[in-house]
Amino acid sequence: MIEAVGLTKRYGDKTAVYNLSFQVRPGAVTGFLGPNGSGKSTTMRMILGLDNPTAGHVTIGGYPYRRLPNAARQVGALLDAKAVHGGRSARSHLLSLAQLSGIPARRVDEVLGVVGLHEVARQRSKGFSLGMGQRLGIAAALLGDPQVLLFDEPVNGLDPEGILWVRNLMKSLAAEGRTVFVSSHLMSEMALTADHLIVIGRGQLLSDMSVKDFISANSADFARVRTPDTEPQQREKLSAALTEAGGSVLPEQDGALRVTGLPLPRLSDIAHEAGVRLWELSPHQASLEEAYMRMTQGAVDYRSTIDQKEGFQEPLPPGAQPPVPVPGQGQIGWYAPPPPQQGGQHFAAAPGAPQAPAGPYGAPDAPGAVPGAPVAPVANPYARPVPQPGQGAAVAAPPSAAPAAAPAASPAAPAGPAGSDVTKPEDAR
Amino acid sequence: MAAAQVIRSEWTKIRSVASTVWTLSLAVVVTLVLGMLISALSANEFDRMGARDRIAFDPTFVSFAGMSLGQLAMIVFGVLVVSNEYSTGMIRTSLAAVPQRGGFLAGKIGVATALALVVGLATGFAAFFLGQAVLGEYKASLGDEGVLRAVIGGGLYMTLIAVFSMGVATMLRSPMLSLGILMPFFFLISNILGNVDATKKIGRFLPDQAGSRIMQVVPPLDDDTPYGPWGGLGIMVLWVVAALAGGYLLLKKRDA
Repeated sequence: MIEAVGLTKRYGDKTAVYNLSFQVRPGAVTGFLGPNGSGKSTTMRMILGLDNPTAGHVTIGGYPYRRLPNAARQVGALLDAKAVHGGRSARSHLLSLAQLSGIPARRVDEVLGVVGLHEVARQRSKGFSLGMGQRLGIAAALLGDPQVLLFDEPVNGLDPEGILWVRNLMKSLAAEGRTVFVSSHLMSEMALTADHLIVIGRGQLLSDMSVKDFISANSADFARVRTPDTEPQQREKLSAALTEAGGSVLPEQDGALRVTGLPLPRLSDIAHEAGVRLWELSPHQASLEEAYMRMTQGAVDYRSTIDQKEGFQEPLPPGAQPPVPVPGQGQIGWYAPPPPQQGGQHFAAAPGAPQAPAGPYGAPDAPGAVPGAPVAPVANPYARPVPQPGQGAAVAAPPSAAPAAAPAASPAAPAGPAGSDVTKPEDAR
Repeated sequence: MAAAQVIRSEWTKIRSVASTVWTLSLAVVVTLVLGMLISALSANEFDRMGARDRIAFDPTFVSFAGMSLGQLAMIVFGVLVVSNEYSTGMIRTSLAAVPQRGGFLAGKIGVATALALVVGLATGFAAFFLGQAVLGEYKASLGDEGVLRAVIGGGLYMTLIAVFSMGVATMLRSPMLSLGILMPFFFLISNILGNVDATKKIGRFLPDQAGSRIMQVVPPLDDDTPYGPWGGLGIMVLWVVAALAGGYLLLKKRDA
């Protein structure tokens, strides 16, 4: 059991970890999630007594690490896969660690076998790939057969087979009643591995709950409805009917509609009453990745901006359209689907909304978006001449303000979240 | 128990990297070869020396002339033994296994010091015997007064140089920074300070100048050094203790 109380770490005037309190229980894999630079590694180092907290304390089994009797036999840790002298063989590296903790040398060969490095055990670790380094680090953590295990980003650099192996290893260690604390910045990985999640951003606790609770609290169920591609007016009709019935409708890039707030049978009934044929009606769950990103987007330290390539681009020939930007590139909050508890209020402009007479799919000047127009059967929100300064302003707004401001500023901006559907996994598991 | 574990582990670490063999054998070879070379030159020159120089001729000290360069390899050994842990990041793994940082440092420096002492003493005796063999008729013998002390002192001097470097590397952590400070200091600055009249009085309290006094059997004429052979070595030991204490305090206090 690891217990942190009010853990705070400052480096000069930069606060790496602030007032972090959590418990890591035995018998479960606890995922420790956060964007890069959110304080995960600092917290791990404080747990291991390597860094002294500025305030608060953290204990393992009731003892601060430095006063833990026979620490190496109780706690095993992988902090950095590259923390090995390149000129030393894998076996010598592990042997020195084993001797340091009074572990017999035959255990070294055992763990080398467990991580699958026995064939390269006598080679210098200089030539190891990152994945082999991770395996060596995991071997070091397993050396003392400890009850408490800490792994900092253990799947970095591993191939799919290695990732699966780590996942199963974590689970089996937890199943043996050990305390397993794994950090990662990949929600998708943690959703598969962990039983419990601790999410931090900018060094502060954002969430501390079981994966099950996290899923039900953060991922909204939604239905995808598709009307015949050939008849865009049917989609307008259905959108209006669904909105009227209290559902919220979000157009997706490929022409489908994402509907929340209405059960599937009711959806079908409404479509039937409106006389709209359906090509698809399917239940979905927003991905945990999206929920996690929404949770941490205010706490991301490193964010990309649009590559302007100023000075590199030749002026466009008259009549040519500038290339359509990839959705999400350098746009703050582009991925963020609306928080479930706030329902569809952010969902863009359903038909009938005063600002968007042409429907949510395109700019008013895009001919394909005019209801009933025979051309451009699938209205693509990105098919208009972009970028416009107005859209840039809307997406550059702070994440919290962006969804609210979007419908008024530009009808096309809210289509951003929908655009992400194409590239992102949709189902939580 | 815990001390024995640290010592065993550090012994594994030190013998499983190539830099140990390279630096130590370089220290031995450079000291021996340069010592023999300068001994041979001195033997050639002896007939042309003035009377004063002949009286002050110190065959023992001449055979240790190679140490001025050989000690640089010892410095590299001392620095790498400690800073390898930091440059690779292994220090975190090590300190997670042994949270008692004082014991860890003592074990690490103890093992490296013992190895340096064995190599240093062997080098001292080898340099002496090879040098005397080359000097021929002008040689000193181990039974002469003060000679055995000088030979053993030569081994101690090389060891202490290495330990001093370990202390400095513990404080500075970075191998480049440690070498960048220690190498020019011992190769150039100390010599300059010791040979310029204005700074001579300060220069001779520097670790290498004070420590090398123990290797002299025949003191130079009009010698006004305020300490004897063991006094000089004592001054060097004080430097070493200061460097180790600084390293220990920083390691204990600092985030790893």
